[in-house]
Amino acid sequence: MGGWDRFVETFFNAKVMAKYLPDILSGMVVTIELALLIVVTGLAAGLALALLRSLGIRPLNWLIIFIVDLFRSLPPLVIIVLMYFGLPYAGPSPSGFVSTWLSLALVLMAFSEEIFWAGITSIHHGQWEASRSTGLSYGQTLFNVILPQAFRLTIPPLTNRTIAITKGTALGTVVAVTEILGQASSAVSNSYNPSPLMMGAAAYIVLFFPVVVAARWIETKFAWKR
Amino acid sequence: MIQTFFNPEIIVAAWPIVMSGLWNTILLSLIVVPLGLLGGLILALLASIRHPLVRWPLMAWVDFFRAFPPLVLLVLLFAGLPFAGLELGGFACVAIAFFLNTGSYYGEIFRAGIDSVPAGQVEAARSTGLSRMQAMRYVVLPQAVRNVLPDLLSNTLEVVKLTSLGSVVAVPELLYEARQAQSVTYNPTPIVMAAVIYFLILWPLVRLLSRLENRALAGRR
Repeated sequence: MGGWDRFVETFFNAKVMAKYLPDILSGMVVTIELALLIVVTGLAAGLALALLRSLGIRPLNWLIIFIVDLFRSLPPLVIIVLMYFGLPYAGPSPSGFVSTWLSLALVLMAFSEEIFWAGITSIHHGQWEASRSTGLSYGQTLFNVILPQAFRLTIPPLTNRTIAITKGTALGTVVAVTEILGQASSAVSNSYNPSPLMMGAAAYIVLFFPVVVAARWIETKFAWKR
Repeated sequence: MIQTFFNPEIIVAAWPIVMSGLWNTILLSLIVVPLGLLGGLILALLASIRHPLVRWPLMAWVDFFRAFPPLVLLVLLFAGLPFAGLELGGFACVAIAFFLNTGSYYGEIFRAGIDSVPAGQVEAARSTGLSRMQAMRYVVLPQAVRNVLPDLLSNTLEVVKLTSLGSVVAVPELLYEARQAQSVTYNPTPIVMAAVIYFLILWPLVRLLSRLENRALAGRR
């Protein structure tokens, strides 16, 4: 057997791949579920915080800024570990799935709040005054005048950040979430063969490569011409 | 509550372990940040050769590593390579994975920076007799770096946070040591200590960044 054959036999072993394909596929489902939950809740919470901040209540804003800074400076893995291994000492014991979801959603919340807030503040104050003086209420001004413009500005940084944080679902494997990497790792230790890991790697590329390419397209489409 | 999460006795007992972890995190960052910057600079300089045969494979390379979770890359190197007869150890795997992953991110930033310098600058530099390399080094790069400084800083913050992945492949950095201490003491205090240390070290950088970013985004209108 030549070197190449041995390489293929080791890293792309057809028998092992066929055996563990269902595991990797179920891992993909978990990764997708986790990713969607994180994106939806994280962005919604980030937008909610940015809107709360626009009310301009001083002590509340300090609290929001502190929370945002906290989750921007802590490594996501530290938050996950703290939630999964630390929280049970205080009572609630979230599962690995819930720990990963909540941790990454909090991180995405923090980053997206910053981006939404920057978008809102970048809209000239005259727009607020003009809208309010035409008789629009605070809410109408926010939702019909300010946010549509702010969103456009925030889309490129937001897509990049969202992808980077969503990729963090792989961290779930540290707290025993059966997502792609978790499934692949346990398949490797069961089969003494690295092929499942190669499948797992391929699964991530299948899931995330189109998203990255789409993000690049969005970035150029929404880029501001100087 | 305080006895559980901020237990003074455990803080004292775990202090030396956590501090050695912190030291390793700093060392690791001092190695992987320059490594990533170097990788990024190489990618960006290659991308400045505006030939489609260079540009397209380069873009695919960068997008590949942007799509690939760094932890998966790390595990692939750490658990996969031994099957090919190559056992590198956690530390080397972290270095290689970071070179590839963060290099791609830094590369995108440098590329944006180089693109932001008007072509007239290169033309003027070249017409005064500077070579292509000299024009890049003395005229384009200094302006490029200044233009993307907030992005470079922001990525560096992410890289330092990412060193916590080293704990998965047994590199004795801050998170790893904290978890060791936690499993010995049956108490979450060491992990809380690690979190507080990360926060105290990185908070000033986050504050600075949030100012720079707000200014940059607001200034674009």
